[in-house]
Formats: sequence, C-alpha cells, structure tokens
Amino acid sequence: MSKQQQHWEKTRGLLFITLAIWFVFSIGIFFFATEMNASSIKPFGYPLTYWFTCQGSLGIFVILIFWFAGRQEKIDEEFGFTEREDD
Amino acid sequence: MIKGKFIDNLPKIYGIYTGGFLGFIILMAIAEGAGMSAKMIGIFFVAFTVFIYALIGYLSRTLQVDAYYVAGRQVPTVFNGMATAADWMSGASFVAMAGGIYFKGYGYMALLVGWTGGYVLVASLLAPYLRKFGCYTVPDFIGTRYGGNLARLSAVIVLTVASFTYVTAQINATGTIASVALDIPFNIAVYVGLASILMCSMLGGMRAVTWTQVAQYIVLIIAYLLPVFWISNKIGAGFFPHFMLADEVARIAELEGQFGFVKNSASDLATVPKGMAGITKAHSDVNTTPWKFISLAVCMMAGTASLPHVMMRYFTTPSVKAARRSVGWSLFFIFLLYSSAPMLATLSKLSLMDPNLPTGIIGKSIADVQAIDWYQNWNQANLMFVSDFNGNGTLELNEFFMGGKAVVLATPEIAGLPYVISGLVAAGGMAAAMSTADGLVLAISNALSHDIYYKIINPKAETAKRLIVARVLLVLIGFAGATIAALEIQGILGSVIWAFDFAMSGLFFPLVLGVWWKRANAPGAVAGMLLGLASGTAYLVWVRNGGEGFWGVTQLTFGIVGSLVSLVSMVVVSLLTQAPDSATQKMVDEVRVPSGKTVLGKQH
Repeated sequence: MSKQQQHWEKTRGLLFITLAIWFVFSIGIFFFATEMNASSIKPFGYPLTYWFTCQGSLGIFVILIFWFAGRQEKIDEEFGFTEREDD
Repeated sequence: MIKGKFIDNLPKIYGIYTGGFLGFIILMAIAEGAGMSAKMIGIFFVAFTVFIYALIGYLSRTLQVDAYYVAGRQVPTVFNGMATAADWMSGASFVAMAGGIYFKGYGYMALLVGWTGGYVLVASLLAPYLRKFGCYTVPDFIGTRYGGNLARLSAVIVLTVASFTYVTAQINATGTIASVALDIPFNIAVYVGLASILMCSMLGGMRAVTWTQVAQYIVLIIAYLLPVFWISNKIGAGFFPHFMLADEVARIAELEGQFGFVKNSASDLATVPKGMAGITKAHSDVNTTPWKFISLAVCMMAGTASLPHVMMRYFTTPSVKAARRSVGWSLFFIFLLYSSAPMLATLSKLSLMDPNLPTGIIGKSIADVQAIDWYQNWNQANLMFVSDFNGNGTLELNEFFMGGKAVVLATPEIAGLPYVISGLVAAGGMAAAMSTADGLVLAISNALSHDIYYKIINPKAETAKRLIVARVLLVLIGFAGATIAALEIQGILGSVIWAFDFAMSGLFFPLVLGVWWKRANAPGAVAGMLLGLASGTAYLVWVRNGGEGFWGVTQLTFGIVGSLVSLVSMVVVSLLTQAPDSATQKMVDEVRVPSGKTVLGKQH
C-alpha cells in the first residue's frame, strides 16, 4: 500500500471515530431525552437533558473539534504530509 | 496601511478597539445619568458602531482579486474564528433564538445543538479539503471537482436559493432593530440596514468583510453577555449565571405549575396581533418527541456544513492546518453566545413571571401593566400585547404575548436595567445581522461574478472588470433582498431554518461525496443538486399549502426529504454513468493530502 493510501486509511479511521462521538452527543442521547431529564444526575443542578442542550453537547463539540484537529495533524506528520510553515 | 504589519498587529488593534468600545459604553452610561433621552442613546449606539464598521470597510478597500475573494488567504486562525462566529451568528441567533427557546422550550433547543454540532461535520468532512482545493467560492469547488458548466451552474442555483432566503431574514432583522432604535418605519428601516451592510463589503470584498466581522463579533458578544451577567447578579441568582441558574430553572417550573398553562379560546387568540406568542410550553421539560427534536437538529447540522458563506470563511486561512483549527475556534466563540441564550431566556422569563421580584408583571393588574413605559414602547412597535381575556382585571400567564424577536431586545428593560444596556443590545443585534448579511450577500455575488460571469460567460475578463461586475451584483442582490424583506413573508427564525433546509437539500451530499467518494461524477452531482433542491422545495410548498406530509417531516425539516432524494439520485446516476477520468481521480487524491500546492492556482 502506498504512503498516500495508508495516510487516507488512517484519516478515514479518525473520521469514523469523530463522527461516532458526534453522533452520540448530537443525536443518540436525545432518543432518551425524557428518561435522562428524570434521572438524578444533575450537572450544576440542571435537569440532565436540559443541561446537555444548553451546555453539555455544545462544549463536547468544541473539545471534539480541537481533539480531531490535533489527531489529524499527528497523522499528517507521521506520513510527512505536513505543510511547510511558510506556505 | 501596510499589510504585513497590519496582520502582525491584530491583537493590539482589536485590543484598542475593544477598550474604545467599553469606553463608549461607559460614556453613554454617564450621558444617561446626565439625562440623555433613551431615544438619543439608541441612535448613538447604532450610528456609532455602524460608522466604525463602514470605516473598517473603507480602509480595507482593494483592487486585487485574491484579496477581494479570499482576503489574500492570510487571516490568522483565531481571528478567522471570530470572523466566522460573527458571520455565523445572525439576527436569528442573536435576536430570535433566545425568543424561540423562551416560547417553545426544549423543542427549539434543537437549534442550539444543531447549530453547533454542524461544525464537527465542517471540520472533519469538508473545510480542510476545500481549503486545500484553493477555490474562491463553493461552486468553484463543485465546478472543478466534477467538471462542466452544468455542475457549476447547479451549485450556483442552490447557493443562491439558500443564501437569498437567509439574507432576507437578516435584512428583516437589521430593519427591526433600526426601526426600534432609530424610531423610523420598518419598510424604510430595512433600506437603512441595507446601506450599512453594503458599506462594509462593497469596496473590500472578503478582506473588508473579514475585518468588520471581527469588530462585529466583539460588539455582539459584549452586548449579549453583559445583560445576562448583570441580570443574574441583580436578582441574586449567582455571579456566573451559566453554572448557577439551576434554582431559577426550578423556580420557573414551580411558577408554571402554580399559574398553569391555560389554553386560550380561538376567538380570544384572534384578537392577538400577528406574529406574537404566549408562554405555553414548560421551560425545562422535554416537551416534544425524540424524532421532532432530532430531525430539526439533523437539518441544522447538515445545513451548517452546506451553507456557502460559512465554508467560504475557511478559504481565507493561510493553511489547511489553520483551517481545521479555525473551525474549533469558530465554535468556541459561538459557544460563548449559544450557551448564554438559554440563560438569557431563563432570566428574562423569571424577571417577568416571579411575583417576588419587583419586575414581575404576572398577577399584577392589567391597568398597571399597561401603564409601564417599556410596555407602551414595545406595544407601539407591535411586539408586545396584553389582554384581559377572563375579565378578572389581573394579568394571567396566558394573557401576555410578545414577538419572538423582541425577547432579547426587550429583556434589559423588562429586568429593569438602565437604558444604556438596551442601546448596547440593539447595537449587538445590528452587528449580528449585518455581519451575516455581509457574508451572505458576498457569497451570492461572488458566485455570480466568479462562477457565472468569469468562468462561464467571459473567461477573458480582466481583473478590474471582474471586480466591477462583482460590486454591481453585490448592490443589486442587496436591494432585491431588502425589497423582499420589506414584504415580511416569514419570520426571522423561520426563514433562517428554511435556508438551512435548502442548502442541505441541494449541496450537502454533492460537497461531501466530492471529497469522500471518488466514483462520484458530474451527472450524479447535477442530479443530486437539482433533484434534491426540487424535491425539498416541492415538499415545502406542499406542506405550506395544507399537505399532511410524511414521517413527521414538517416545513422546518424538509431538508430531510430533499437530502435523501439528493443522496439516492446522486449515487444511482453516478453508478449508471461513466466513472470520472483519471485526472479527476488524481485531483481528489491531491485534495486529501494537506501538503503541496493547492489544486487551483493562486490567481484563477
């Protein structure tokens, strides 16, 4: 397998992990909205579903993107596809 | 203004700017204390900030294609994040979103999740690859990746439909604010809004829009956060509202139980002016089905990844790596406002509802409420209404009505803050609506001037001519938008949601598959774009005219239907026709690797 194919394979792997986490917090948990809101877990005292829609999911997305960007940079580095700084 | 030096000095320049703006707020506060009228404060706030944006727009004027279309591709990561956040957060986010949450509760919180979650798709599926491509516009990518004028033209059509729907909503928002702050009729105010929008973008294109958007972000975030923190501290809810409003959320639920949600009769509701809503849904309960919530969130996410004015912002970064990080920063800056919107809704509602607070009006006598200054102002602007349906002389929860777009603008007054904060919020709303309108008008006119005029009609046109065409189109599109906005066909939030559905119907799969599926070809993409847009639009028209729809897809989520048709037709047609040639395949390989030259040349 060529270097480029390997690079793409890894990139795709990272995409699937990223999208899986994204799916859980943007779609998955809201199938159980009623149950979650009734649960005794209350971040900062807010009902759980309410908290996820106000802060939880949103914050996780921010962290997820930075994490994704960091991982992708590592992959690019590994295969020597990093851009030159002066580009 | 020396370019290199300007970029290096950005933190300092915007630091001074922020300090200056805070100084201006203090100055206005002093003026209010000295007896300046509310009307004058409103005029000063809106006029002063708009003047600053216009000045930045003028200083950023350019005669270079590269600077006009992609700001010379040298916008630093964090600043591009701020510009994108302003580009993104429109009148809908600033003015209307908290109102939607205020009245509809959980059902509309899907907007918060959808409008942030979409950025994960932008970062992972599209932005870095389109940046590597080196295009000027989104149709530029479609046209080059798939090849052929038909694909390019189809992309321009989808882009125009989606962005134009969106821009009318933004001009509507600038008009609303200008009419309240400057006290002029709405259908004149939309043109005042338009003139301010054009001043920012006409001379400097993307470069001017970038630097005004950063300035607008600073104004809008201060304007949104300051009242939230202030009210929270004022009513003793906690000094950091985001983490400390649990008791207030619980208190609202308690009050809702106490007052009850009385259903108004149809004849009573008929007396309420058009466009206003009452508090009829529980604040923090799950009040809608999972599918309703999820389908709306999905549409907003896929729409985010297909809207050209956002994607375009990532063409301006210096590198692919910077584009990726910049998406993270964008979402961070958006998060600051979005996580505050439900807090604003909570504080605003509590101020209004809680009889223990001096500002609470529910349970007071109707005559007293009608005598309140702010009630009279907003009632005059046709955005607030009370009526004694049951004839008992006191205001019940079901007898209070407000326009969704008034919630954010009126909250400082309802909560009893000095008028200077209302002026600030008006300036913030203006900044939000203007920055988005600028991005959108530019996206449309760039697509028409670059993709239609230069790439299809007159490929030999020289730079000066191209830029003149771009500017003329900018003005024409702006005027068309303002004219439609003056008709007030749909509310701000409704039109914005439609725009996302249009974009998703036509562009989501052609864009994503262009990078992630090598087998995708031109006939497939054209089918995907046109059939997706057509079926989505048909579904919208059908449901609007009394059609019952299917799968629980409403007029707010018609993108689900459009994008599914788009996906299926794109895959089927692609597989039935010839695979793309090896040059195209190689181009896709090229796009997938960050290093090396962009696919399209620096000047094209």
